[in-house]
Amino acid sequence: MGLKFLYPEYEVVRNYDRCISCRACERQCANEAHEYLQNENKIVCDDAKCVNCHRCVSLCPTRALKITASGNTYKSNANWSGKTIDEIYRQAESGGVLLSSMGNPENYPVYFDKILLNASQVTNPSIDPLREPMETRISLGAKPCKIERDENNRIVNNLPPRISISMPVMFSAMSYGSISYNAHESLARAAEELGILYNTGEGGLHEDFYKFGANTIVQVASGRFGVHPAYLNSGAAIEIKMGQGAKPGIGGHLPGTKIIGDVSRARMIPEGSDAISPAPHHDIYSIEDLRQLVYSLKEATNYKKPVIVKIAAVHNVTAIASGIARSGADMIAIDGFRGGTGAAPTRIRDHVGIPVELALAGVDKRLRDEGIRDNVSVIVSGSIRSAADVVKAVALGADCVYIASAALIAMGCHLCRSCHAGRCNWGIATQVPELVKRLNPDLGYKRLVNLMTAWEHEIKEMMGGMGINSIESLKGNRLMLRGIGLNEKELEILGIKHAGE
Amino acid sequence: MKRVYVNEKWCLGCHLCEYYCAFAGFLERGENDMARALKTSKIKPRINIEEKDGVSFAVSCRHCREPLCVKGCITGALSTFDGVITINGDKCVGCYTCILCCPYGAISPSETGAVQKCELCVKTIGGTPACVKGCPNNAIVFEERG
Ligand code: SF4
Ligand code: SF4
Ligand code: SF4
Ligand code: SF4
Repeated sequence: MGLKFLYPEYEVVRNYDRCISCRACERQCANEAHEYLQNENKIVCDDAKCVNCHRCVSLCPTRALKITASGNTYKSNANWSGKTIDEIYRQAESGGVLLSSMGNPENYPVYFDKILLNASQVTNPSIDPLREPMETRISLGAKPCKIERDENNRIVNNLPPRISISMPVMFSAMSYGSISYNAHESLARAAEELGILYNTGEGGLHEDFYKFGANTIVQVASGRFGVHPAYLNSGAAIEIKMGQGAKPGIGGHLPGTKIIGDVSRARMIPEGSDAISPAPHHDIYSIEDLRQLVYSLKEATNYKKPVIVKIAAVHNVTAIASGIARSGADMIAIDGFRGGTGAAPTRIRDHVGIPVELALAGVDKRLRDEGIRDNVSVIVSGSIRSAADVVKAVALGADCVYIASAALIAMGCHLCRSCHAGRCNWGIATQVPELVKRLNPDLGYKRLVNLMTAWEHEIKEMMGGMGINSIESLKGNRLMLRGIGLNEKELEILGIKHAGE
Repeated sequence: MKRVYVNEKWCLGCHLCEYYCAFAGFLERGENDMARALKTSKIKPRINIEEKDGVSFAVSCRHCREPLCVKGCITGALSTFDGVITINGDKCVGCYTCILCCPYGAISPSETGAVQKCELCVKTIGGTPACVKGCPNNAIVFEERG
């Protein structure tokens, strides 16, 4: 279509003093950015093909490569940024909706970074986690608030089904299809070794992974892909996905090209057919309808599995959560607007939803005010980046967090945000066999275990500093938090004081 | 004894093992910058990637229990040390009998006139062989498998 207006965003810089023409970069770039010139024994590059995934940079044995911003610039304009102009060029060329992947990268406030933690001094001494026991194990699910007795006045065990995990972090939903078999296996094996749970996402479950059932959350989403009795009964808990932080209000679409072989079998749809998850569940238009699905799933699993309802953090999240807490669900998962995705329309990802910190604080307060906080456990997600974020989330009232982007990064993801292209050079967000095999689960799972082990140490360290020896005593303990650079309203919503108060 | 084993399922065909192998020879001579070492010459690794139709794997000396190369060698240049099949460059006359004997194609000529082969890096870096260390995907491993 005539002239192309777009200039490459990145430049692949090769130091020819160091390049030994081993061709590893050329062989490993699925975008075919590198080219080997036989006659000159020299590698050259087409910058326009580079998505900045760092595969070649990481593999180059002589550190001859780096990727830089191309630096090409338009006349500076505070209103029309280069990115905005490029997006218009792109759409004027394609006529299509802009697609993106991973989480919202825009410059909105990150509330976790505006919250500081407390530490003990003089009174209430701090605890050394290396010398004294520290409890990070948590139990998730509904808590009965009444003691029931039988006719002989003996206490009846009325505890609903719960799950117990070794630390307040779980791997969030990522479907087999959106991520590769090897990525899935890495998550499942890591969850098993760590004593936490991973989540199947909405793509059903590959038969090879049923053996990790005790460490699995099976998801039921609007497309109902791969849902059957054995699937529901295979996991430790069932999650109903109502929404996703990266794309609240819209459904999902896994293109038919990715629905091949095992993926099609796990989803129970024909090979090559597009997997379209509708925006709403077509049988849920009210809390009462949701309650029906919650109880249908409980019925199907003999009331043995806790049910999680996952929603995106949107404007009236507190009211929705209040409804869910009365629907019979055992847990609510709230996914903030920075949550990742394998593909979402850019405008939705970048402009819809609210920060999870605010949603969490609001939901926790509302449920407590209404006296129904014990009906449910609250799980939050949407860019939990470090152990500090975990501790802050728990102090803001979360029982547990979900991580996904951080887990993918641990396995090699470099946040190039081109998952939707299906050619992940790290073998994560792809179904191309030659690319999938780049992630050896023996290595991937170990990296996940290492990351979580490191976070657990850090969580204990921070708790110890505050003089707290059990994660349960940190939960909702807002006195351990202070805001920095926040206004009155923000502090009020978060329910915390300003630093210095 | 620990040997280099191949997990071809995970081999990416990146050929990095060949370069790390070639570089190990330079380390022995005190050159520790890979770019300087390998910039000018074409590499002659002792491990080689075989690839066809999307399948690839690394081939190097198996350190056979009954090494045909050692049996075939006319000067006694090849011998077994603690299970490692080793070449004594001073004794080798370059007749290439061993190259013809080895069923794996694991021995090759070198520029010194004597043949070269994998010696599990015992003479170069000690410990884990350089190819195994450099493999990004555990497609070759250094293990005890009896
Ligand atoms: S797309 Fe990735 S592998 Fe290819 S040139 Fe860019 S950074 Fe390197
Ligand atoms: S991987 Fe590094 S050394 Fe090898 S060809 Fe590419 S730039 Fe050169
Ligand atoms: S370095 Fe490993 S993955 Fe790469 S070609 Fe050699 S054996 Fe295969
Ligand atoms: S060189 Fe060949 S025959 Fe000799 S020990 Fe190695 S693999 Fe066996």
